[in-house]
Amino acid sequence: MGEVASFKYVSRKRRVREDRRFVSGQATYVGDVTPPGTRHAAVLTSPYASARIVKIDASEALAMPGVDAVVEGRELAAATDPLLIGVDAPLVKRYPLAVGRARYAGEWVAAVVAETRALAEDAREKIRVAYEELPFVLDAEAAYQPSSVPVHPEHGSNVLLDRPFVWGEVDATFAAAPHKLAYRVKWGRSATVPIETFGVVASWDPWREMLDVWASIQMPKFADQIARALRMPMNQVRVHQDVDVGGSYGVKRGIKHTVLAGFLSRKLGAPVKLIEDRLENMRGGDMHGPERTFDVELAFDGTGLVHAMRMRAIDNVGAYAGRSPLQLGKPVGAIVGPYRIEAVAYHAIAVTSNKTPQEAVRGFGQAPTNYAIETGLDRVAETLALDRLEVRRRNFIRADEFPYLIPSGTTYDSGDYHAVVAKTVKHVDWDALVAERDKLRAGGHLAGVGVASCLEPSGANSSFEPLLNPKNTTTTWMESCRIMVDALGAVTLTIHTTSAGQGHETLAATAAGEALDIDPDRMRVVRATSLESLPSNSPVGSRMAIMLGGAAYRAGQKLRDKLVAIAAHQWGMPAAQLHYRNGGAEDPATGRALEWPDLILIAHRHYHLMPPDMEPGLAVSHVLQVPTGGGLPSPDGRIQMYPCFSFEFHVVLVSIDPEIGRPHIHRYVVGHDCGTVINPDIVRGMTLGGIAHGLGAALLEEFAFDGEGQLLTQSFMDYLLPSAHEVPEVEIVHHVTPSPHTVFGQKGSGESGYLGAPAAISSAINDAVRPLGIRFEALPIRISAIGDAIARAKGLP
Amino acid sequence: MRVELQVNGRRAEVDVEPRCTLLDCLRDTLGLEGTHAGCEHGVCGACTILVDGEPARSCLMLAVQADGHELTTIEGLSLGPGELSVLQDAFCETHGLQCGYCTPGMILAAHALLARTPQPTRADIVEAISGNLCRCTGYGQIVEAIALAAERLRSANIKTGET
Amino acid sequence: MKPVAFDYVRPTNVSEACALLAGDDGARIIAGGQTLIPLLAMRLARPTRLVDIARIADLAFVRDEGEDVRIGAVTRQSVAERDPIVATKLPLLAKALPWVGHKATRHRGTVGGSIANADPAGEIPLVAVTLQATITVQDAAGSTELAAGAFYLGPMITALPEGAIVTHIRFPVWQEGRTGAGFHEVSARRSDFAFVASAAQVALDADGRCAALGVGIGGASDTPVRLDAVSEALVGSRLEETEVREAVVAATANLETVDDLHASATYRKRVAATLARRAILDARDEALGGRHAR
Repeated sequence: MGEVASFKYVSRKRRVREDRRFVSGQATYVGDVTPPGTRHAAVLTSPYASARIVKIDASEALAMPGVDAVVEGRELAAATDPLLIGVDAPLVKRYPLAVGRARYAGEWVAAVVAETRALAEDAREKIRVAYEELPFVLDAEAAYQPSSVPVHPEHGSNVLLDRPFVWGEVDATFAAAPHKLAYRVKWGRSATVPIETFGVVASWDPWREMLDVWASIQMPKFADQIARALRMPMNQVRVHQDVDVGGSYGVKRGIKHTVLAGFLSRKLGAPVKLIEDRLENMRGGDMHGPERTFDVELAFDGTGLVHAMRMRAIDNVGAYAGRSPLQLGKPVGAIVGPYRIEAVAYHAIAVTSNKTPQEAVRGFGQAPTNYAIETGLDRVAETLALDRLEVRRRNFIRADEFPYLIPSGTTYDSGDYHAVVAKTVKHVDWDALVAERDKLRAGGHLAGVGVASCLEPSGANSSFEPLLNPKNTTTTWMESCRIMVDALGAVTLTIHTTSAGQGHETLAATAAGEALDIDPDRMRVVRATSLESLPSNSPVGSRMAIMLGGAAYRAGQKLRDKLVAIAAHQWGMPAAQLHYRNGGAEDPATGRALEWPDLILIAHRHYHLMPPDMEPGLAVSHVLQVPTGGGLPSPDGRIQMYPCFSFEFHVVLVSIDPEIGRPHIHRYVVGHDCGTVINPDIVRGMTLGGIAHGLGAALLEEFAFDGEGQLLTQSFMDYLLPSAHEVPEVEIVHHVTPSPHTVFGQKGSGESGYLGAPAAISSAINDAVRPLGIRFEALPIRISAIGDAIARAKGLP
Repeated sequence: MRVELQVNGRRAEVDVEPRCTLLDCLRDTLGLEGTHAGCEHGVCGACTILVDGEPARSCLMLAVQADGHELTTIEGLSLGPGELSVLQDAFCETHGLQCGYCTPGMILAAHALLARTPQPTRADIVEAISGNLCRCTGYGQIVEAIALAAERLRSANIKTGET
Repeated sequence: MKPVAFDYVRPTNVSEACALLAGDDGARIIAGGQTLIPLLAMRLARPTRLVDIARIADLAFVRDEGEDVRIGAVTRQSVAERDPIVATKLPLLAKALPWVGHKATRHRGTVGGSIANADPAGEIPLVAVTLQATITVQDAAGSTELAAGAFYLGPMITALPEGAIVTHIRFPVWQEGRTGAGFHEVSARRSDFAFVASAAQVALDADGRCAALGVGIGGASDTPVRLDAVSEALVGSRLEETEVREAVVAATANLETVDDLHASATYRKRVAATLARRAILDARDEALGGRHAR
């Protein structure tokens, strides 16, 4: 699909059908699921960053009325297998409860189950744990040293991943380059922190030998991992995917919670409900995001063209790892951003420390990497006294160069970065914006314009798995949709995943409707449990528009083909000669037609009229493999990663009262190209929400630890989420460069805004403070830091 | 301890521990699960209900404190089974939500605003929802929903309070 | 985050409430609950009994008593915010109240609760200290008046005697000359605990000279602080920017400020001086504008 096609339903305004149940308070979140006989769990956490668990005395707790059980790590570890880790580090074992030692403050040491949550908390207080404090390490560089205290002595060091990549003639290009610069930036530990914490209800039925699971989950292969850990066949686990998830943005992987709840349920023979409270979530829910330091060198020429980049990225993943170290691998698929950098050396390091473990966060490492790259482009411009927009324009891959192969082996599908920038610059009236900045400066403020141009890789061909762990040769990344037309002619789609507000029901119906030429609002969409599910990989990696949209469309096509074949068979004609419209088929030569009700009747009831060997009824499905997927990395670490690349270009005007140091955003404009948009309201919501997340990461949010490994930001009083006051009005400038890989030309947009906003806001603040010789090189950039830096620069106390 | 509550226009007698928050009482005892727990320490606003028509955080009230007040939850806003109010419908029209978790609290805060201020400015709307955190939408489409509802209520000649 | 178990009792008058407190070490007052309930949820507060005074009618009032405005302790913050007596007679409190928490917490939270809670960043304690209010406390033995300036001893620590309740707060009304008020606050988000706040009230005589001045700093130290030295330095002056700046910088030179994750001690100290200056100048301008002319 090269040209921008016109669609009947795709790209049109359509209400998101899911909204109805949310605005009426009739959604079903995991907190609303309480099977008869449910018992409630609470967890006891380690107060120390590193300690041997000497003794756990639960006798007083167990004696309390209404208390069912107290479980600690050894009992759990004897009955379950360790949770999966994404890199090759089998001796870094992780169980839901600490086994013998606690490795971070907040680690779950014991679980209490009681009649009510309040009673479980009462009982928890009566559990006596004797600890012997041990040495700990908190800093990533310190943890990286061979002499460092290892968080997992069995593993031998804190290094989970230490992989250098060299793509192209990096050293030679650096040697020959007229200009070089080097810088360091730090992405502070934050996360997308949903308003709903993680929760799970697990219910073991010994009579049916079934473990029913309801969870606030966003996790590929969730049922697999539960089954593995609990040593059960996967078809004894039934995950109910019609649970509404109150936001996830990557983090709700919930394996440890679910394995724990599943174990408890089996032990007690009753449903067990574990809902994190906010304190449990922040400290021990293991949902922190990247904490990454980048050391970058750029080799460039006098016109500002960047020819080579060296990037060292070290991430402090915390005391355990699931998928989190893989967040160093995903950016490989867009390591040069939107630029024609010819040679790249990338050194990815992930280390353990005695901090809360990380989990996947929106973008899976791309937002920090974009921040690092965009900082460099601004520096190149500064060094050469060139305009920042012009430097980017010169470095952009050009529209006529797509598909474009980047040094690390991924081919970008399509794009027109120059057009998006031109449109945005025109909309914002760049010269007027700069003049406004200068006027603010003349009025005594500091003021700056920030820009960031970034890619949003989408589609989740997650080949960073085999790239970073050669023992994992997974290349299947799939999504499914089933369509059934019932005997009375109503259409029902089945999708096979949970959702957290992305509007997947509406998305699937729209795609199917487009294929079937039927109003999507007439279709019902239901969710299967994991037992009835076709293969699905969950909404991760900004994939569902591509994958679910694609699967639903293909299934729709199959259904349409079947209907046409039935009609063709009635008239003894080749199907290709018929015209399908509005659910019916017409013979253009004669005008005779069979409409939807006629065809349904034949399919369901008139076997004697069916084409030979056609299955009765109208049920079709499609399992879609990710476009461009199926490959394994080359020995030098080159691989095709995600299939589709959306583009965003942010422009921000910021002013700062120099005495106070608080940045105020005057204007925020983003140019956004995610190919064909399936539902405009959904995409807009993603971009606006992503920018709010990015603003939080840039200015407000941090999981900060003290010198003893205690989390300082344990509640919402100290971990500051942006409110409606902090998020500015955002203008979106839209552009469409379709993808050749997808059914409508759509690309993903689930991470949009977040991938570029931190870079753009940092760029704006740095533009504002540059006249004072100040530079901020770490996020978040707090008001106090800005105020103090300004005072220092001016020689004030 | 017995408490008599007035919820969504109906009397409800409950027997709860004094330590039970109004939030937990609404959800667990009265089965009104549209009010949500986000933080249980009074910051996120997901637990927002109306107390005598004004927004209050139900996680910061004990059930035993709530007698003698008119309590309104999200379930009390729908006009009937399957029927959305103008305000609820406006949220659907602008897609002023995604995951829906903050939405009941957001809508109740907006309802209280529109009852008091039928022609709110953008600043009024932002101030009214500033105590309700949303992680999905970035607030843009929420503000638009409330503005749309205000406009529709005005032009439909509906008295505020009857939304 | 469920609280420990406790009893709940609702006395109908203050004496009954005091008797309950006197008779039980584990008993604690609850009024609005906006600060106490989070502490209960986190089990940082572990009472055995809550004594709910929120509906004691004798404690909910706003009274114009000529030289003072007296506010009952369980007056809801939102009620005080809307009250015409506060708007006309206590302009500084009127300016500060919209900064207290969020609208939703002001519907429940009480003036007395905020006073007794003694959060170093609390706006109402800051106004009380700046205006040299008097806090009346009552226990089983009787009533006492405590000066606001002597009431705040440390973060969340007050001179409230064991078993006593704050019953009302008396804010002096400035009768002489033209009065103006100024309030400034800096926090990470609009409704957060302040890193630094400043409250100022100024009275100008017929010549435009400063007849009275009170300025206080909140959020920067362990308690709200009245900058008495600034009053001394500036009474009699015309409150020109330079002299205000100098007086404020001198008065804050030795201010001990808090250093934490959100703001450094140097930031708080520097910005305390900035906000104090701005609050005083705003108050001066408001007085010159004649808003509260007598």
